Amino acid sequence: MEPVLEAEGISKRFPGVQALDGVSFAVLPGEVHALVGENGAGKSTLVKILTGAYRPDSGELRYLGRPVSFSSPLEARAAGIAAVHQEVNLVPMLSVGRNLLLGREPRNRLGIIKLRKLYETAARQLAEYGIRTDVRRQLRTLGVGVQQMVALARAVSVDGRVVILDEPTSSLHPREVRTLFGVIEGLRRTGVAVIYVSHRLEELYQICDRVTVLRDGRVAHTGPLGGLDRLELVSLMLGRDTSEVRNTGTTRFSRRLRSPQNRPGEPPVLQASRLRRRRLLHDVSLQVHAGEVVGLGGLLGSGRTETVRAMVGALPLDAGQVTVAGFPLRRRTPAAAIRAGLSLLPEDRKADGIVPSLSVRENIALAALPRLSRAGLVSEQRIDQIVETFIKRLRIKAASPHQKVAELSGGNQQKVLLARWLALHPKALLLDEPTRGIDVGAKAEVQLLVEELAEAGLGIVLVSSDLDELVEGSDRVVVLRDGAVVGELHGDDVTEEKIMAAIAGHDASRHDDE
Amino acid sequence: MSDLTLNLSQLHRERVLAWLQEYGVYVAVGALLVFNVMFTPHFLSAANFRTQLVQVSPIVIVSLAMALVIGTQGIDLSVGSVMALAAAVVVLYLGYGAVPAIVAALVAGALVGATGGALVAYLDIQPIVATLALLVGIRGLANVLVPQLREFRNPDLIALGSDTFLGVPFVVLVAAALTVVVALVVRRTTFGRQIVAIGGNRAASELSGLPVRPILLAVYVISGVLAAGAGVLATARLQASDPTSLGLFMELSAITAVVVGGTPLSGGRIRVLGTVMGALLMQLLSATLIKHDLPQSWTQMVQAGIILVAVYATRERGTR
Repeated sequence: MEPVLEAEGISKRFPGVQALDGVSFAVLPGEVHALVGENGAGKSTLVKILTGAYRPDSGELRYLGRPVSFSSPLEARAAGIAAVHQEVNLVPMLSVGRNLLLGREPRNRLGIIKLRKLYETAARQLAEYGIRTDVRRQLRTLGVGVQQMVALARAVSVDGRVVILDEPTSSLHPREVRTLFGVIEGLRRTGVAVIYVSHRLEELYQICDRVTVLRDGRVAHTGPLGGLDRLELVSLMLGRDTSEVRNTGTTRFSRRLRSPQNRPGEPPVLQASRLRRRRLLHDVSLQVHAGEVVGLGGLLGSGRTETVRAMVGALPLDAGQVTVAGFPLRRRTPAAAIRAGLSLLPEDRKADGIVPSLSVRENIALAALPRLSRAGLVSEQRIDQIVETFIKRLRIKAASPHQKVAELSGGNQQKVLLARWLALHPKALLLDEPTRGIDVGAKAEVQLLVEELAEAGLGIVLVSSDLDELVEGSDRVVVLRDGAVVGELHGDDVTEEKIMAAIAGHDASRHDDE
Repeated sequence: MSDLTLNLSQLHRERVLAWLQEYGVYVAVGALLVFNVMFTPHFLSAANFRTQLVQVSPIVIVSLAMALVIGTQGIDLSVGSVMALAAAVVVLYLGYGAVPAIVAALVAGALVGATGGALVAYLDIQPIVATLALLVGIRGLANVLVPQLREFRNPDLIALGSDTFLGVPFVVLVAAALTVVVALVVRRTTFGRQIVAIGGNRAASELSGLPVRPILLAVYVISGVLAAGAGVLATARLQASDPTSLGLFMELSAITAVVVGGTPLSGGRIRVLGTVMGALLMQLLSATLIKHDLPQSWTQMVQAGIILVAVYATRERGTR
């Protein structure tokens, strides 16, 4: 069968990153094709090239057998390639029917919309996909799932031949997921090609025919999903051969096993028990002793970030308890966590970390300000001392402490944030992807620092998508999948193979409670 | 090649804009002063200076508070109405003496500020909407309390409006003192640093354990109190309470002063001295045009031009 959409040898470079490197990819009519890969693998770049949002540096795009070059998503959409994203791009204040037929409403001769006709058409179109809803209702009054389904129906009703679904189930209820799969099934029968981007392995195996795995901007694998077992898929995504015996040494961790420094009877420095948040976390429990680095593993969207955010009170919980050095956190706010000695280095440095309008110095001192002032007056001298100490200790490269933090490199910004937390003398630190997006040198320095901090007696939780970092940096690894703990590995069991097996769910036979 | 020149000219333009944001307001004030000294008769007289400063003082006081609010990425449109409310409350309580009446007016301002602050900080209503409601409602309340212009004869309050100390009017001294205090708060206190951090990145501030909501509330309370203070001073100078027209469009003058002074509307930065200079610039500009017999409408158009230049200079520059 002829592929309906085909990309050949696509390369795309952004300043400092080769996002795609000679990627070839093809979807057949009537197939559901999974597109998977970890963060930075190039999925979203590829999707953007397929939908005309980016132009490739080199390579060719063929649609219906002819070479094409879309100059905008609008052009791609007009040709029949539509993408449905996580955030629904519809008009929340308009009705379902108006949204579905937006821009192609049935009109009379005066150009006035024939509302009755519009709603009839809309209801019929939705019914075709098995979506039952009142087409006159305002879109925003409906659940996210239905909204997404309307977006999907809108995408394919314009003579769509290729539909790209980007993480469609991330905010859906299991019941809505079933409806969505019904719709996808319908699309498959009518010969529409569906590109399905997701991290949920279960779903991939349920709905997809073939899979393409991207890794570091290249195609790591493409082929039928049926013959590929889960562990193989996970290892392809993470870039590890299950049979390969690897030597350590790609990180700066010494891999010296630290014995937890807790004396008998002493409570763990950090303990989370049965953290629960609807659809995100299901009874996640975690213990960290002083001097221990606990790795938190799992695929993207498995609940790692949610777990650490919930621990410091940045994500509200339905139930659960966090204890720092034996004292339970009563008020669940970042301020209370900080007072108890627990801080989070956030995953998104720009959005949640730095204050770009302020200097390096002010950014380092931010959280410690109340401790560096007397009667509300800031002691510049004490700030200077602390700032100087940490700039030296963490080797922060800045022209001066007064340079704006936004002007520093990613690695140095990360060190500034670490300094902000260390200035508080915390008992435990949660590090969410501490080395992502920073250069190799800074990466090694941050890793060394993590080790140093653990040796100094801090309890550390290390979230990382980098398996090397996780294996070599952690004394113990807790593996999450779909918001629940699916495995815990100690000592010699902390290996890439065992982590991947846990992620793939080979030894665990957990069923969703929803 | 053309790429390179393009980059260079862009770099050059960015530098000019940054410089303009940093020092533009000082240069403009200086230029206007020089122009007036050369071409405006009697400009250098003490009486003229005194008039100008007395007129600008209430604007300066309100603008200082506005700078704090804008520093948190907020805005307070209720300041003009709060001035009117303070004018009404101060004459209503004048029977108890000047000091209790002034205190009552300031408390009224604090209450309005607390209302706006609570809406913004705890109910997450956009500052522009929350304070717009107060702009309308509080003006109405002030008119209900004192429906028409009411003169008063309390000597203490009159003295506050017209007496001088070492030749400098009280009103000007209060504005100068408040400028120093606000500058110190912004530069030297934990509170001031935290305001700027919240405006610069609220999510990061929350994760860093800053008491974001109480601080936002406090900023709006300060804005209410300072606006009420400006209202009391203006009333004292008028020797009459005029809730119908006192403080009309004050919010716009204050925002103008803040923006012209180089504080970005996107928050994260507060320029106290720049704000005072911004208020002075606008005052000087209208005085200059009036003295040269140009109609008020000219002043407005020139002001519009200055605001555009200021906003252009402070607008978000490309992400680095």
